[in-house]
Amino acid sequence: MHPYHIYISGVGGQGIIKTSVIMGEAAMKKGLPVVVGEIHGMSQRGGVVSTQMKIGVSHSPLIEEGNADLILAFEPLEAVRSLKMINKDSYVVMNTAPIYPFNLSQSENSYPDLSTILSELRSHAKKVMAMDADEMAQKAGHILSMNMVMLGGAAAVPGFPLDKKSIIKSMHDNLPERSIPINLKAFEEGFKFCMSKL
Amino acid sequence: MNIKEILTGQEHDKLFLLGNEAAVRGALESGVAVATTYPGTPSSEIGNVLSVLAKDAGIYFEFSINEKVALEVAAAASASGLRSFTFMKHVGVNVASDSLMSVAYTSVQGGMVILTADDPSMFSSQNEQDNRYYARLANIPLLEASNPQEVKDLMKYAYELSEEFKLPVILRTTTRVSHMRGVVELGQLMGAKSKGHFDKDPNRFVPVPATARIMHKNLVKKMDKIGVLSNNSSLNPIYNKRGNIGIVTSGSAYNYVMDVVEENDLPVNVLKITFSYPFPEKRVYEFLENVERVLVVEEVDPIMEKEIMAVVGKHQLNKIIHGKLDGTLPMIYEYNPDIILQGLGKMMGVEMAAKKTVKTSLELPKRPPTLCPGCPHRAAYFEVKKAAENLNMNDLIFPTDIGCYTLGIEAPYEVADYLLSMGSSIGTSCGFSKATLQTVVSFIGDSTFFHAGIPPLINAVHNKNKFVLVILDNRTTAMTGGQPHPGLPVDGMGLEAPELSIPDIVRACGVEFVEIINPLNVAKSREIFEQALQFDKLAVVISQYPCMLIKTVEKKGKNIFLQVQDDICTNCNTCTTELSCPAIYTSDNGKTRIDELMCRKCSVCVQICPEKAIRAKRINKSGEGE
Repeated sequence: MHPYHIYISGVGGQGIIKTSVIMGEAAMKKGLPVVVGEIHGMSQRGGVVSTQMKIGVSHSPLIEEGNADLILAFEPLEAVRSLKMINKDSYVVMNTAPIYPFNLSQSENSYPDLSTILSELRSHAKKVMAMDADEMAQKAGHILSMNMVMLGGAAAVPGFPLDKKSIIKSMHDNLPERSIPINLKAFEEGFKFCMSKL
Repeated sequence: MNIKEILTGQEHDKLFLLGNEAAVRGALESGVAVATTYPGTPSSEIGNVLSVLAKDAGIYFEFSINEKVALEVAAAASASGLRSFTFMKHVGVNVASDSLMSVAYTSVQGGMVILTADDPSMFSSQNEQDNRYYARLANIPLLEASNPQEVKDLMKYAYELSEEFKLPVILRTTTRVSHMRGVVELGQLMGAKSKGHFDKDPNRFVPVPATARIMHKNLVKKMDKIGVLSNNSSLNPIYNKRGNIGIVTSGSAYNYVMDVVEENDLPVNVLKITFSYPFPEKRVYEFLENVERVLVVEEVDPIMEKEIMAVVGKHQLNKIIHGKLDGTLPMIYEYNPDIILQGLGKMMGVEMAAKKTVKTSLELPKRPPTLCPGCPHRAAYFEVKKAAENLNMNDLIFPTDIGCYTLGIEAPYEVADYLLSMGSSIGTSCGFSKATLQTVVSFIGDSTFFHAGIPPLINAVHNKNKFVLVILDNRTTAMTGGQPHPGLPVDGMGLEAPELSIPDIVRACGVEFVEIINPLNVAKSREIFEQALQFDKLAVVISQYPCMLIKTVEKKGKNIFLQVQDDICTNCNTCTTELSCPAIYTSDNGKTRIDELMCRKCSVCVQICPEKAIRAKRINKSGEGE
């Protein structure tokens, strides 16, 4: 089996590592080989965070440029920054809620409009599924469930190697029990939204 | 996964572990009795996990004051017959190196493993030094891991090797291995001895010239014997025996090589070197016999490449060695599959079909890491700069140190002018105060102060150096994830511990001006900074407020939220351009706004707004402000 490559990008503190652990353990429990490359430390303080993941036989978690099957972008600007990883067959699941860089007012480049970002992504990827995952998480009960909205979105992508049941099992293994109802709701909302866009 | 499964997991269970977590399991499967560290990324999670598990595992774990002490505690435990484990980031080994050189001479009794986590590409470090040199400098064995399973398995082998030859063994990981998560099959746990006994033997344990000369001779003899092992070790296997091109690789670079070779079905021979010092010359010689050209793929320095060239020279072989030295591969930074593919293409003289990768035409703003919303360091930086401005002092040097506060390098703070290493803020301030007439204000964190700040502080007092030292005491080792230090009433095993007072230490060092501020009180803090700047000797200001990321600290302003009053705000942008808190932003319609979710209600913006346009409002029960 050709390994399935997932590139997850966003901003420190958005729950990206937790999301990749949930996916990875789900893969492991299905008997699939899986490796994840994480970034810890200084870059997490509001900086860019990306996690790379390969499900299937491989040695390194690092994805060659243009080889990601799926980009899970937790933040629109970081979705654009991840463009070098995609090809014309890639799917992009994106959270449309921006997090502005702290020194934006001193930056020489401004933050692009969401419409510009979307048309840029759509001109390169096979399919871009964009949702306000922050708002959906809040509706599900807590902003911190945003990463599960994104995970739900990933589960809807054609070719994604993990089924809902094993992801949900892994959520139970990795999230505090009392937060499960909200997180499950968030996951289902993300899944439903992205299914409707296919 | 619950972190406790690293201890409770049974033989043959599979866990999805970080390389660092696998190191902990490896220690537990090796019967390690004493483990020590000073936190440093990329090795930090090893300590974090041990801190949670040590009590239940029945082993001793400590966050030592610095890496030198960590290594010394471990060395003494080994000398007493216990298995010991000390681990640190690559630059931590510099701190520990003085004693490391000696422990190679004195030898160990119980097995001792030193894990160094190197940081190619400098994700969280001031340099990307290659610590494989330390094995050569100290002349002790070195193992290099490529993935979490190997980290765990090599820990066990390292202890066997260490105990057989009575030498410490270095296990080297890199960021991509420490922070790689993969499936790890567990082995059996080994119970740790609770206490050892130190059997006196000064000829063995006290390196003075007469004994050290003999110790060095013994060390060289041992390493000759270990060289036979590395030459015949199954840890240095050959894969994919095809064609007349060879690749020699190790560590994380091996992963990229194999992915590229397998994905593109390349006819090459691959020699993976895991037991990498003593360098397996014979193994390499045999490998060279069957190939014409070799590409050496290693991170970061061309160490194996030069060793292989020595083999070629020694045996006068007619082989071509490619790598960093001939420009086939880059000399610096970490590798990735794209870099390996390009290098192979260069070497084979084939244009590896240039992949069409997407390049966006959009000009994007950068997103540098920054101090968190509500971070007390931000307030302290703002106040120091205002105090200097009020005193018309405009030629300041800001030596800084290792920690979150290094993020003060970014605009608008720009309070990081000079940095060398842990504790260097104070030592270099001594130098600047003598070498220039400029005003020197330096910053050091609480944990860093304990680690390496006290001797230079004594130096400053004794040598009459005049500068302002700001100790940013946020009650934790924040950058590495919140580990305790001697200034806190708790130790690495979560037990109650004596809390050392930074102000008392500073006073005991002979500092006359010692003031404590709450940085969230802007006016008062600025006033103290003004006094400190005008003091005619060394002045120390201790800025005390807990890190916003500490979960157990009672948070400010649970019942309030901060809001900009549009009718008062003049869009002067003092808050966005001078304070630059990530929670304050300019909305699409040009209004200044505070992100309620990000805001930690530190209220510094309320105090610094020239128009008093930012107000704290009470949250009423319906969740609406009033």
